[in-house]
Amino acid sequence: MDALADFLLLNWPTALVIGCVAYVAMLLYKVIGASALDRTKLGLQLAPLLCTVGTFLAWELLCKAFAVSTFVLPAPSDIAVAIWQFRRQIGFHSFHTAWMTLAGFGLAVAVGIALGLVLGASRFFYAGFYPLLVGFNSIPKVAVVPILVIWFGVGWLPAVLTAFMISFFPIVVNVATGLATIEPETEDVLKALGASKLQIMTKVGIPRSLPYFFGSLKVAITLAYVGSVIAEYNASRYGIGNLMARASADFNVPLLFAALIALAILGVAMYMATVWLENRMTGWAQRSSFAAG
Amino acid sequence: MRPFVELTGVSHTYATGGTLAVDGLDIRVNEGEFAAVVGPSGCGKSTLMKLATGLQFPQSGAVVVDGQEVRAPVKIAGMAFQAPTLLPWRTTLENLMLPLEIVEPHRSRLRRHKAEYVAKAEALLESVGLKGAGSKFPWQLSGGMQQRSSLCRALIHEPKLLMLDEPFGALDAFTREELWCVIRDLHARMAGTLTVILVTHDLREAVFLADRIFCMSARPGKIIAEREVTFPRPRDLEITYTSEFSDIVHDLRGRIAEARTAA
Repeated sequence: MDALADFLLLNWPTALVIGCVAYVAMLLYKVIGASALDRTKLGLQLAPLLCTVGTFLAWELLCKAFAVSTFVLPAPSDIAVAIWQFRRQIGFHSFHTAWMTLAGFGLAVAVGIALGLVLGASRFFYAGFYPLLVGFNSIPKVAVVPILVIWFGVGWLPAVLTAFMISFFPIVVNVATGLATIEPETEDVLKALGASKLQIMTKVGIPRSLPYFFGSLKVAITLAYVGSVIAEYNASRYGIGNLMARASADFNVPLLFAALIALAILGVAMYMATVWLENRMTGWAQRSSFAAG
Repeated sequence: MRPFVELTGVSHTYATGGTLAVDGLDIRVNEGEFAAVVGPSGCGKSTLMKLATGLQFPQSGAVVVDGQEVRAPVKIAGMAFQAPTLLPWRTTLENLMLPLEIVEPHRSRLRRHKAEYVAKAEALLESVGLKGAGSKFPWQLSGGMQQRSSLCRALIHEPKLLMLDEPFGALDAFTREELWCVIRDLHARMAGTLTVILVTHDLREAVFLADRIFCMSARPGKIIAEREVTFPRPRDLEITYTSEFSDIVHDLRGRIAEARTAA
Protein backbone atom coordinates (compact mmCIF):
# COMPACT_ATOMS: atom_id res chain seq x y z
CA MET A 1 0.00 0.00 0.00
CA ASP A 2 2.76 2.41 0.97
CA ALA A 3 4.80 1.36 -2.04
CA LEU A 4 1.83 2.12 -4.31
CA ALA A 5 1.28 5.55 -2.76
CA ASP A 6 4.97 6.26 -3.14
CA PHE A 7 4.93 5.22 -6.76
CA LEU A 8 1.92 7.44 -7.49
CA LEU A 9 3.43 10.43 -5.70
CA LEU A 10 6.63 10.13 -7.69
CA ASN A 11 5.16 9.45 -11.10
CA TRP A 12 1.85 11.31 -11.37
CA PRO A 13 3.19 14.09 -13.64
CA THR A 14 4.57 11.49 -16.05
CA ALA A 15 1.25 9.66 -16.06
CA LEU A 16 -0.63 12.91 -16.66
CA VAL A 17 1.59 13.80 -19.62
CA ILE A 18 1.31 10.30 -21.09
CA GLY A 19 -2.47 10.45 -20.70
CA CYS A 20 -2.72 13.83 -22.43
CA VAL A 21 -0.46 12.77 -25.29
CA ALA A 22 -2.42 9.55 -25.78
CA TYR A 23 -5.71 11.49 -25.83
CA VAL A 24 -4.39 13.96 -28.41
CA ALA A 25 -3.00 11.14 -30.52
CA MET A 26 -6.36 9.37 -30.43
CA LEU A 27 -8.19 12.54 -31.48
CA LEU A 28 -5.71 13.23 -34.27
CA TYR A 29 -6.05 9.67 -35.51
CA LYS A 30 -9.85 10.11 -35.60
CA VAL A 31 -9.60 13.45 -37.40
CA ILE A 32 -7.34 12.04 -40.09
CA GLY A 33 -9.55 9.00 -40.64
CA ALA A 34 -12.82 10.98 -40.63
CA SER A 35 -14.82 12.26 -43.58
CA ALA A 36 -14.76 15.98 -44.35
CA LEU A 37 -18.13 16.52 -42.68
CA ASP A 38 -17.12 15.00 -39.34
CA ARG A 39 -13.78 16.72 -39.44
CA THR A 40 -15.12 20.13 -38.34
CA LYS A 41 -16.92 18.40 -35.48
CA LEU A 42 -13.78 16.64 -34.32
CA GLY A 43 -11.82 19.83 -34.83
CA LEU A 44 -14.04 21.30 -32.14
CA GLN A 45 -12.86 18.61 -29.74
CA LEU A 46 -9.29 19.62 -30.41
CA ALA A 47 -10.08 23.32 -29.91
CA PRO A 48 -9.68 23.33 -26.09
CA LEU A 49 -6.27 21.69 -26.38
CA LEU A 50 -5.07 24.09 -29.07
CA CYS A 51 -6.27 27.13 -27.14
CA THR A 52 -4.72 25.92 -23.87
CA VAL A 53 -1.38 25.15 -25.48
CA GLY A 54 -1.51 28.50 -27.30
CA THR A 55 -2.14 30.41 -24.10
CA PHE A 56 0.78 28.79 -22.31
CA LEU A 57 3.00 29.32 -25.33
CA ALA A 58 2.14 33.04 -25.38
CA TRP A 59 2.83 33.23 -21.65
CA GLU A 60 6.22 31.55 -22.16
CA LEU A 61 7.17 33.84 -25.03
CA LEU A 62 6.15 37.01 -23.20
CA CYS A 63 8.16 36.01 -20.13
CA LYS A 64 11.21 35.28 -22.26
CA ALA A 65 10.82 38.35 -24.49
CA PHE A 66 10.61 40.76 -21.58
CA ALA A 67 13.00 38.76 -19.42
CA VAL A 68 10.49 38.66 -16.56
CA SER A 69 12.08 37.47 -13.32
CA THR A 70 10.80 34.11 -12.03
CA PHE A 71 10.26 35.89 -8.74
CA VAL A 72 7.56 38.05 -10.34
CA LEU A 73 6.01 35.74 -12.91
CA PRO A 74 7.61 32.39 -13.66
CA ALA A 75 7.31 31.14 -17.24
CA PRO A 76 5.38 27.88 -17.80
CA SER A 77 8.69 26.07 -18.30
CA ASP A 78 9.84 27.22 -14.85
CA ILE A 79 6.52 26.08 -13.41
CA ALA A 80 6.90 22.70 -15.10
CA VAL A 81 10.32 22.32 -13.55
CA ALA A 82 8.87 23.26 -10.15
CA ILE A 83 6.03 20.75 -10.57
CA TRP A 84 8.55 18.00 -11.32
CA GLN A 85 10.82 19.06 -8.48
CA PHE A 86 8.03 19.27 -5.90
CA ARG A 87 5.85 16.51 -7.39
CA ARG A 88 5.83 14.60 -4.11
CA GLN A 89 4.48 17.48 -2.06
CA ILE A 90 2.10 18.66 -4.76
CA GLY A 91 0.70 15.18 -5.25
CA PHE A 92 0.27 14.63 -1.53
CA HIS A 93 -1.47 17.95 -0.91
CA SER A 94 -3.60 17.72 -4.05
CA PHE A 95 -4.92 14.41 -2.83
CA HIS A 96 -5.96 15.98 0.48
CA THR A 97 -7.51 19.01 -1.20
CA ALA A 98 -9.43 16.72 -3.56
CA TRP A 99 -11.02 14.59 -0.88
CA MET A 100 -11.80 17.50 1.43
CA THR A 101 -13.42 19.36 -1.46
CA LEU A 102 -15.41 16.31 -2.50
CA ALA A 103 -16.55 15.70 1.07
CA GLY A 104 -17.72 19.31 1.38
CA PHE A 105 -19.31 19.17 -2.03
CA GLY A 106 -21.11 15.93 -1.21
CA LEU A 107 -22.46 17.50 1.96
CA ALA A 108 -23.55 20.55 -0.05
CA VAL A 109 -25.38 18.33 -2.55
CA ALA A 110 -27.22 16.44 0.20
CA VAL A 111 -28.19 19.55 2.19
CA GLY A 112 -28.80 21.57 -0.98
CA ILE A 113 -31.26 19.03 -2.38
CA ALA A 114 -33.09 18.63 0.92
CA LEU A 115 -33.38 22.36 1.54
CA GLY A 116 -34.20 23.04 -2.11
CA LEU A 117 -37.05 20.51 -2.02
CA VAL A 118 -38.49 22.07 1.14
CA LEU A 119 -38.21 25.60 -0.23
CA GLY A 120 -39.54 24.64 -3.65
CA ALA A 121 -42.51 22.73 -2.25
CA SER A 122 -43.67 25.32 0.26
CA ARG A 123 -44.30 28.95 -0.52
CA PHE A 124 -44.12 29.78 3.17
CA PHE A 125 -40.60 28.42 3.58
CA TYR A 126 -39.53 29.87 0.23
CA ALA A 127 -40.57 33.36 1.27
CA GLY A 128 -39.41 32.85 4.85
CA PHE A 129 -35.94 31.43 4.39
CA TYR A 130 -34.84 33.19 1.23
CA PRO A 131 -33.59 36.39 2.89
CA LEU A 132 -31.80 34.31 5.51
CA LEU A 133 -30.06 32.26 2.84
CA VAL A 134 -29.06 35.31 0.85
CA GLY A 135 -27.69 36.87 4.01
CA PHE A 136 -25.71 33.77 4.84
CA ASN A 137 -24.37 33.54 1.31
CA SER A 138 -23.21 37.17 1.45
CA ILE A 139 -20.90 36.49 4.39
CA PRO A 140 -17.31 36.10 3.16
CA LYS A 141 -16.49 32.54 4.11
CA VAL A 142 -12.90 33.49 4.94
CA ALA A 143 -14.36 35.28 7.95
CA VAL A 144 -16.04 32.10 9.14
CA VAL A 145 -12.88 29.98 9.05
CA PRO A 146 -11.53 31.33 12.39
CA ILE A 147 -14.85 30.45 14.03
CA LEU A 148 -14.63 26.92 12.67
CA VAL A 149 -11.10 26.66 13.98
CA ILE A 150 -12.26 27.72 17.44
CA TRP A 151 -14.96 25.06 17.28
CA PHE A 152 -13.13 22.18 15.67
CA GLY A 153 -9.43 23.04 15.82
CA VAL A 154 -6.99 22.97 12.93
CA GLY A 155 -7.56 19.98 10.66
CA TRP A 156 -9.73 18.61 7.92
CA LEU A 157 -13.13 19.58 9.35
CA PRO A 158 -12.89 23.37 8.80
CA ALA A 159 -11.88 22.78 5.17
CA VAL A 160 -14.76 20.38 4.52
CA LEU A 161 -17.25 22.70 6.22
CA THR A 162 -16.03 25.78 4.38
CA ALA A 163 -16.31 23.95 1.05
CA PHE A 164 -19.83 22.96 2.06
CA MET A 165 -20.91 26.42 3.17
CA ILE A 166 -19.67 28.16 0.07
CA SER A 167 -21.18 25.71 -2.41
CA PHE A 168 -24.61 24.72 -1.11
CA PHE A 169 -26.39 27.98 -1.92
CA PRO A 170 -26.53 27.64 -5.73
CA ILE A 171 -27.83 24.08 -5.33
CA VAL A 172 -30.65 25.16 -3.01
CA VAL A 173 -31.66 28.04 -5.26
CA ASN A 174 -31.70 25.94 -8.40
CA VAL A 175 -33.56 22.97 -6.99
CA ALA A 176 -36.13 25.30 -5.44
CA THR A 177 -36.51 27.23 -8.70
CA GLY A 178 -37.04 24.05 -10.69
CA LEU A 179 -39.81 23.00 -8.35
CA ALA A 180 -41.43 26.39 -7.97
CA THR A 181 -41.70 26.99 -11.71
CA ILE A 182 -43.82 23.99 -12.71
CA GLU A 183 -46.18 25.15 -15.47
CA PRO A 184 -49.58 25.77 -13.83
CA GLU A 185 -51.30 23.87 -16.64
CA THR A 186 -49.23 20.74 -16.04
CA GLU A 187 -50.11 21.03 -12.39
CA ASP A 188 -53.80 21.38 -13.28
CA VAL A 189 -53.69 18.25 -15.45
CA LEU A 190 -52.31 16.27 -12.52
CA LYS A 191 -54.57 17.82 -9.89
CA ALA A 192 -57.63 17.07 -11.99
CA LEU A 193 -56.55 13.44 -11.90
CA GLY A 194 -56.55 13.63 -8.11
CA ALA A 195 -52.76 13.68 -7.73
CA SER A 196 -51.41 14.50 -4.29
CA LYS A 197 -48.79 17.17 -3.72
CA LEU A 198 -46.20 14.42 -3.25
CA GLN A 199 -47.15 12.82 -6.56
CA ILE A 200 -46.86 16.14 -8.37
CA MET A 201 -43.42 16.56 -6.83
CA THR A 202 -42.12 13.13 -7.81
CA LYS A 203 -43.74 12.88 -11.23
CA VAL A 204 -43.08 16.43 -12.41
CA GLY A 205 -41.26 18.65 -9.95
CA ILE A 206 -38.15 16.59 -9.31
CA PRO A 207 -37.46 15.41 -12.88
CA ARG A 208 -38.10 18.96 -14.02
CA SER A 209 -35.62 20.46 -11.58
CA LEU A 210 -32.85 18.02 -12.54
CA PRO A 211 -31.38 20.22 -15.32
CA TYR A 212 -31.34 23.15 -12.90
CA PHE A 213 -29.72 20.93 -10.31
CA PHE A 214 -26.95 19.71 -12.60
CA GLY A 215 -26.41 23.23 -13.85
CA SER A 216 -25.85 24.32 -10.26
CA LEU A 217 -23.43 21.44 -9.64
CA LYS A 218 -21.02 22.96 -12.14
CA VAL A 219 -21.04 26.22 -10.22
CA ALA A 220 -20.94 24.47 -6.85
CA ILE A 221 -17.95 22.22 -7.56
CA THR A 222 -15.71 25.14 -8.50
CA LEU A 223 -16.93 27.09 -5.48
CA ALA A 224 -16.18 24.11 -3.24
CA TYR A 225 -12.54 24.34 -4.31
CA VAL A 226 -12.44 27.97 -3.35
CA GLY A 227 -13.86 27.05 0.04
CA SER A 228 -11.50 24.21 0.89
CA VAL A 229 -8.41 26.11 -0.28
CA ILE A 230 -9.38 29.18 1.78
CA ALA A 231 -9.68 27.01 4.86
CA GLU A 232 -6.46 25.12 4.14
CA TYR A 233 -4.64 28.38 3.64
CA ASN A 234 -5.70 29.60 7.05
CA ALA A 235 -6.12 26.56 9.20
CA SER A 236 -4.74 23.24 8.05
CA ARG A 237 -1.59 21.20 7.90
CA TYR A 238 -2.61 19.57 4.63
CA GLY A 239 -3.88 20.62 1.24
CA ILE A 240 -2.82 22.77 -1.67
CA GLY A 241 -3.91 25.89 0.22
CA ASN A 242 -1.51 25.03 3.03
CA LEU A 243 1.27 24.29 0.53
CA MET A 244 0.69 27.70 -1.01
CA ALA A 245 0.73 29.44 2.36
CA ARG A 246 4.12 27.90 3.09
CA ALA A 247 5.46 28.54 -0.42
CA SER A 248 4.56 32.21 -0.19
CA ALA A 249 6.20 32.45 3.24
CA ASP A 250 9.37 31.06 1.60
CA PHE A 251 9.00 33.37 -1.40
CA ASN A 252 9.08 30.23 -3.54
CA VAL A 253 7.11 31.75 -6.42
CA PRO A 254 7.56 28.86 -8.92
CA LEU A 255 6.14 26.43 -6.33
CA LEU A 256 3.27 28.83 -5.68
CA PHE A 257 2.42 28.81 -9.37
CA ALA A 258 2.93 25.05 -9.58
CA ALA A 259 0.34 24.68 -6.81
CA LEU A 260 -2.05 26.98 -8.69
CA ILE A 261 -1.70 24.88 -11.83
CA ALA A 262 -2.35 21.72 -9.81
CA LEU A 263 -5.53 23.34 -8.44
CA ALA A 264 -6.63 24.32 -11.93
CA ILE A 265 -6.10 20.77 -13.21
CA LEU A 266 -8.09 19.32 -10.30
CA GLY A 267 -10.85 21.86 -10.86
CA VAL A 268 -11.13 21.12 -14.57
CA ALA A 269 -11.20 17.38 -13.90
CA MET A 270 -14.05 17.70 -11.38
CA TYR A 271 -15.94 20.10 -13.61
CA MET A 272 -15.69 17.69 -16.52
CA ALA A 273 -16.94 14.86 -14.31
CA THR A 274 -20.07 16.89 -13.43
CA VAL A 275 -20.65 17.79 -17.09
CA TRP A 276 -20.40 14.13 -18.03
CA LEU A 277 -22.91 13.25 -15.33
CA GLU A 278 -25.22 16.04 -16.47
CA ASN A 279 -25.20 14.85 -20.07
CA ARG A 280 -25.98 11.33 -19.00
CA MET A 281 -28.81 12.27 -16.66
CA THR A 282 -30.59 15.09 -18.47
CA GLY A 283 -29.86 14.61 -22.16
CA TRP A 284 -33.52 15.44 -22.84
CA ALA A 285 -33.00 19.01 -21.65
CA GLN A 286 -30.17 19.67 -24.10
CA ARG A 287 -32.16 19.33 -27.28
CA SER A 288 -31.83 22.85 -28.61
CA SER A 289 -29.78 23.12 -31.78
CA PHE A 290 -28.42 26.34 -30.32
CA ALA A 291 -26.63 24.43 -27.56
CA ALA A 292 -25.52 21.67 -29.92
CA GLY A 293 -23.99 24.29 -32.23
CA MET B 1 -80.87 12.38 -19.79
CA ARG B 2 -79.53 13.49 -16.46
CA PRO B 3 -77.40 16.59 -16.11
CA PHE B 4 -73.75 15.68 -15.64
CA VAL B 5 -72.19 19.07 -15.01
CA GLU B 6 -74.37 21.65 -13.37
CA LEU B 7 -73.35 25.14 -12.34
CA THR B 8 -76.03 27.18 -10.61
CA GLY B 9 -75.60 30.88 -9.91
CA VAL B 10 -71.82 30.56 -9.69
CA SER B 11 -69.72 33.66 -9.04
CA HIS B 12 -65.99 33.65 -8.52
CA THR B 13 -63.14 36.07 -8.03
CA TYR B 14 -59.45 35.33 -7.61
CA ALA B 15 -58.56 38.14 -5.20
CA THR B 16 -60.82 39.14 -2.34
CA GLY B 17 -62.48 42.41 -3.26
CA GLY B 18 -61.21 42.08 -6.83
CA THR B 19 -63.40 42.15 -9.91
CA LEU B 20 -65.47 39.08 -10.54
CA ALA B 21 -64.06 36.60 -13.05
CA VAL B 22 -67.44 35.01 -13.57
CA ASP B 23 -70.79 36.27 -12.34
CA GLY B 24 -73.94 34.22 -11.85
CA LEU B 25 -73.12 31.39 -14.23
CA ASP B 26 -75.89 28.92 -14.99
CA ILE B 27 -74.76 25.96 -17.04
CA ARG B 28 -76.22 22.49 -17.48
CA VAL B 29 -74.51 19.87 -19.55
CA ASN B 30 -76.14 16.47 -19.91
CA GLU B 31 -74.31 13.19 -19.63
CA GLY B 32 -72.62 12.17 -22.87
CA GLU B 33 -73.18 15.59 -24.37
CA PHE B 34 -70.58 17.67 -26.21
CA ALA B 35 -70.81 21.24 -24.95
CA ALA B 36 -68.87 24.24 -26.16
CA VAL B 37 -68.29 27.52 -24.37
CA VAL B 38 -67.44 30.46 -26.59
CA GLY B 39 -66.71 34.06 -25.81
CA PRO B 40 -64.16 36.84 -26.14
CA SER B 41 -60.78 36.40 -24.51
CA GLY B 42 -60.68 37.14 -20.81
CA CYS B 43 -64.32 36.22 -20.27
CA GLY B 44 -63.57 33.66 -17.59
CA LYS B 45 -63.72 30.55 -19.77
CA SER B 46 -60.69 29.06 -18.08
CA THR B 47 -62.20 29.89 -14.69
CA LEU B 48 -65.22 27.89 -15.73
CA MET B 49 -62.95 24.92 -16.48
CA LYS B 50 -61.29 25.16 -13.10
CA LEU B 51 -64.62 25.40 -11.32
CA ALA B 52 -66.06 22.40 -13.11
CA THR B 53 -63.03 20.23 -12.30
CA GLY B 54 -62.73 21.31 -8.68
CA LEU B 55 -59.41 23.10 -9.08
CA GLN B 56 -61.18 26.21 -7.80
CA PHE B 57 -64.23 26.52 -5.60
CA PRO B 58 -66.89 29.15 -6.26
CA GLN B 59 -67.45 31.97 -3.82
CA SER B 60 -71.16 31.66 -4.28
CA GLY B 61 -73.40 29.25 -6.09
CA ALA B 62 -73.09 25.51 -6.47
CA VAL B 63 -71.11 23.23 -8.77
CA VAL B 64 -72.43 19.68 -9.12
CA VAL B 65 -70.61 17.08 -11.19
CA ASP B 66 -71.94 13.55 -11.65
CA GLY B 67 -74.59 14.13 -8.99
CA GLN B 68 -72.17 15.29 -6.31
CA GLU B 69 -71.27 18.74 -5.14
CA VAL B 70 -67.64 19.51 -6.01
CA ARG B 71 -65.49 19.95 -2.90
CA ALA B 72 -62.15 18.61 -4.21
CA PRO B 73 -60.57 17.96 -7.63
CA VAL B 74 -63.06 15.67 -9.32
CA LYS B 75 -60.69 12.81 -10.33
CA ILE B 76 -62.89 11.70 -13.20
CA ALA B 77 -61.74 14.44 -15.54
CA GLY B 78 -59.20 14.53 -18.31
CA MET B 79 -57.84 17.87 -19.43
CA ALA B 80 -56.07 19.23 -22.48
CA PHE B 81 -54.88 22.77 -23.02
CA GLN B 82 -53.66 24.99 -25.82
CA ALA B 83 -50.09 24.03 -24.88
CA PRO B 84 -49.67 20.25 -25.07
CA THR B 85 -47.97 20.22 -21.59
CA LEU B 86 -46.26 16.90 -22.27
CA LEU B 87 -43.27 16.11 -20.07
CA PRO B 88 -40.07 16.33 -22.15
CA TRP B 89 -38.18 13.67 -20.17
CA ARG B 90 -40.79 11.01 -20.92
CA THR B 91 -41.42 9.38 -24.27
CA THR B 92 -44.85 9.92 -25.78
CA LEU B 93 -45.97 6.51 -24.55
CA GLU B 94 -44.68 7.22 -21.04
CA ASN B 95 -46.50 10.55 -21.14
CA LEU B 96 -49.70 8.71 -21.97
CA MET B 97 -49.19 6.35 -19.05
CA LEU B 98 -48.89 9.24 -16.57
CA PRO B 99 -52.58 9.38 -15.59
CA LEU B 100 -52.50 5.60 -15.03
CA GLU B 101 -49.76 6.10 -12.46
CA ILE B 102 -52.08 8.37 -10.48
CA VAL B 103 -55.70 7.34 -10.96
CA GLU B 104 -57.10 4.30 -9.18
CA PRO B 105 -57.79 1.47 -9.91
CA HIS B 106 -55.15 1.67 -12.67
CA ARG B 107 -52.44 2.80 -10.31
CA SER B 108 -52.34 -0.37 -8.26
CA ARG B 109 -52.85 -2.59 -11.33
CA LEU B 110 -50.26 -0.89 -13.53
CA ARG B 111 -47.20 -2.80 -12.45
CA ARG B 112 -48.69 -6.26 -12.91
CA HIS B 113 -50.72 -5.51 -16.03
CA LYS B 114 -48.15 -3.33 -17.74
CA ALA B 115 -48.38 -5.07 -21.14
CA GLU B 116 -52.14 -4.70 -21.22
CA TYR B 117 -51.95 -0.96 -20.52
CA VAL B 118 -49.16 -0.41 -23.03
CA ALA B 119 -51.25 -2.15 -25.67
CA LYS B 120 -54.18 0.08 -24.76
CA ALA B 121 -52.08 3.23 -25.01
CA GLU B 122 -50.69 2.15 -28.36
CA ALA B 123 -54.18 1.44 -29.66
CA LEU B 124 -55.27 4.89 -28.55
CA LEU B 125 -52.28 6.47 -30.30
CA GLU B 126 -53.13 4.54 -33.44
CA SER B 127 -56.72 5.76 -33.33
CA VAL B 128 -55.54 9.38 -33.52
CA GLY B 129 -53.10 8.61 -36.33
CA LEU B 130 -49.94 8.36 -34.25
CA LYS B 131 -49.08 4.72 -34.80
CA GLY B 132 -45.48 4.02 -33.81
CA ALA B 133 -44.89 7.50 -32.34
CA GLY B 134 -44.96 6.19 -28.76
CA SER B 135 -41.22 5.68 -28.51
CA LYS B 136 -40.45 9.23 -29.66
CA PHE B 137 -40.01 12.10 -27.27
CA PRO B 138 -42.71 14.79 -27.47
CA TRP B 139 -40.23 17.39 -28.68
CA GLN B 140 -39.48 15.20 -31.66
CA LEU B 141 -43.11 15.47 -32.78
CA SER B 142 -44.81 18.29 -34.69
CA GLY B 143 -47.23 20.64 -32.90
CA GLY B 144 -50.28 18.79 -34.24
CA MET B 145 -48.87 15.43 -33.20
CA GLN B 146 -48.08 16.74 -29.73
CA GLN B 147 -51.66 17.95 -29.39
CA ARG B 148 -52.95 14.53 -30.47
CA SER B 149 -50.78 12.91 -27.80
CA SER B 150 -52.08 15.39 -25.27
CA LEU B 151 -55.65 14.38 -26.17
CA CYS B 152 -54.71 10.72 -25.76
CA ARG B 153 -53.25 11.45 -22.34
CA ALA B 154 -56.50 13.16 -21.35
CA LEU B 155 -58.46 10.03 -22.35
CA ILE B 156 -56.24 7.08 -21.39
CA HIS B 157 -57.83 6.57 -17.97
CA GLU B 158 -61.33 6.61 -19.49
CA PRO B 159 -62.54 9.77 -17.77
CA LYS B 160 -66.23 10.56 -17.71
CA LEU B 161 -65.54 14.23 -18.26
CA LEU B 162 -63.16 15.72 -20.83
CA MET B 163 -62.26 19.38 -20.45
CA LEU B 164 -60.64 21.05 -23.44
CA ASP B 165 -59.29 24.58 -23.08
CA GLU B 166 -58.71 25.95 -26.59
CA PRO B 167 -56.85 22.77 -27.50
CA PHE B 168 -56.47 23.67 -31.17
CA GLY B 169 -55.74 27.37 -30.72
CA ALA B 170 -52.07 27.17 -31.63
CA LEU B 171 -52.46 24.95 -34.71
CA ASP B 172 -52.72 25.84 -38.38
CA ALA B 173 -56.14 25.66 -40.07
CA PHE B 174 -55.61 22.28 -41.77
CA THR B 175 -54.27 20.52 -38.71
CA ARG B 176 -57.06 22.05 -36.67
CA GLU B 177 -59.76 20.59 -38.93
CA GLU B 178 -58.04 17.22 -38.83
CA LEU B 179 -58.10 17.30 -35.06
CA TRP B 180 -61.76 18.31 -35.01
CA CYS B 181 -62.43 15.00 -36.72
CA VAL B 182 -60.18 13.16 -34.26
CA ILE B 183 -62.09 14.58 -31.31
CA ARG B 184 -65.43 13.96 -33.02
CA ASP B 185 -64.54 10.28 -33.52
CA LEU B 186 -63.20 9.84 -30.00
CA HIS B 187 -66.42 11.26 -28.59
CA ALA B 188 -68.50 9.07 -30.87
CA ARG B 189 -66.62 5.93 -29.80
CA MET B 190 -67.41 6.53 -26.12
CA ALA B 191 -71.06 6.92 -27.09
CA GLY B 192 -73.00 8.44 -24.25
CA THR B 193 -70.42 7.89 -21.51
CA LEU B 194 -68.03 10.77 -22.22
CA THR B 195 -69.15 14.30 -21.52
CA VAL B 196 -67.01 16.94 -23.20
CA ILE B 197 -66.73 20.63 -22.39
CA LEU B 198 -64.78 22.53 -25.00
CA VAL B 199 -63.71 26.09 -24.36
CA THR B 200 -62.90 27.95 -27.55
CA HIS B 201 -63.13 31.27 -29.32
CA ASP B 202 -63.53 29.63 -32.70
CA LEU B 203 -67.25 29.69 -33.50
CA ARG B 204 -66.97 27.28 -36.43
CA GLU B 205 -65.18 24.81 -34.21
CA ALA B 206 -67.91 25.09 -31.59
CA VAL B 207 -70.77 24.66 -34.07
CA PHE B 208 -69.12 21.74 -35.84
CA LEU B 209 -68.33 19.77 -32.69
CA ALA B 210 -70.91 20.65 -30.08
CA ASP B 211 -74.48 19.65 -29.25
CA ARG B 212 -74.92 22.70 -27.04
CA ILE B 213 -73.17 26.05 -27.14
CA PHE B 214 -72.92 28.59 -24.35
CA CYS B 215 -71.91 32.16 -25.21
CA MET B 216 -70.18 34.16 -22.54
CA SER B 217 -69.86 37.90 -22.19
CA ALA B 218 -66.66 39.77 -21.44
CA ARG B 219 -65.47 39.94 -17.84
CA PRO B 220 -67.22 39.42 -15.53
CA GLY B 221 -68.27 36.35 -17.51
CA LYS B 222 -71.99 35.66 -17.79
CA ILE B 223 -73.91 33.32 -20.04
CA ILE B 224 -75.59 35.55 -22.60
CA ALA B 225 -76.93 32.86 -24.88
CA GLU B 226 -77.40 29.13 -25.02
CA ARG B 227 -78.15 27.30 -28.22
CA GLU B 228 -78.52 23.72 -29.29
CA VAL B 229 -76.96 22.44 -32.48
CA THR B 230 -79.05 19.68 -33.96
CA PHE B 231 -77.03 18.57 -36.98
CA PRO B 232 -77.20 14.78 -37.09
CA ARG B 233 -74.11 12.78 -36.15
CA PRO B 234 -71.72 11.67 -37.47
CA ARG B 235 -71.01 15.07 -38.94
CA ASP B 236 -68.85 15.50 -41.98
CA LEU B 237 -66.50 18.45 -42.41
CA GLU B 238 -68.58 19.35 -45.49
CA ILE B 239 -71.40 20.62 -43.29
CA THR B 240 -69.23 23.55 -42.31
CA TYR B 241 -69.82 24.87 -45.84
CA THR B 242 -73.63 24.63 -45.77
CA SER B 243 -75.82 27.68 -45.30
CA GLU B 244 -77.49 26.26 -42.16
CA PHE B 245 -74.07 26.01 -40.58
CA SER B 246 -73.15 29.56 -41.55
CA ASP B 247 -76.46 30.83 -40.19
CA ILE B 248 -75.74 29.42 -36.75
CA VAL B 249 -72.19 30.79 -36.74
CA HIS B 250 -73.53 34.16 -37.87
CA ASP B 251 -76.20 34.20 -35.20
CA LEU B 252 -73.71 33.40 -32.43
CA ARG B 253 -71.29 35.97 -33.73
CA GLY B 254 -74.01 38.59 -33.65
CA ARG B 255 -74.87 37.84 -30.04
CA ILE B 256 -71.26 38.06 -28.91
CA ALA B 257 -70.73 41.31 -30.82
CA GLU B 258 -73.87 42.70 -29.19
CA ALA B 259 -72.56 41.83 -25.74
CA ARG B 260 -69.22 43.46 -26.52
CA THR B 261 -70.77 46.76 -27.55
CA ALA B 262 -73.09 46.72 -24.55
CA ALA B 263 -70.13 46.23 -22.17
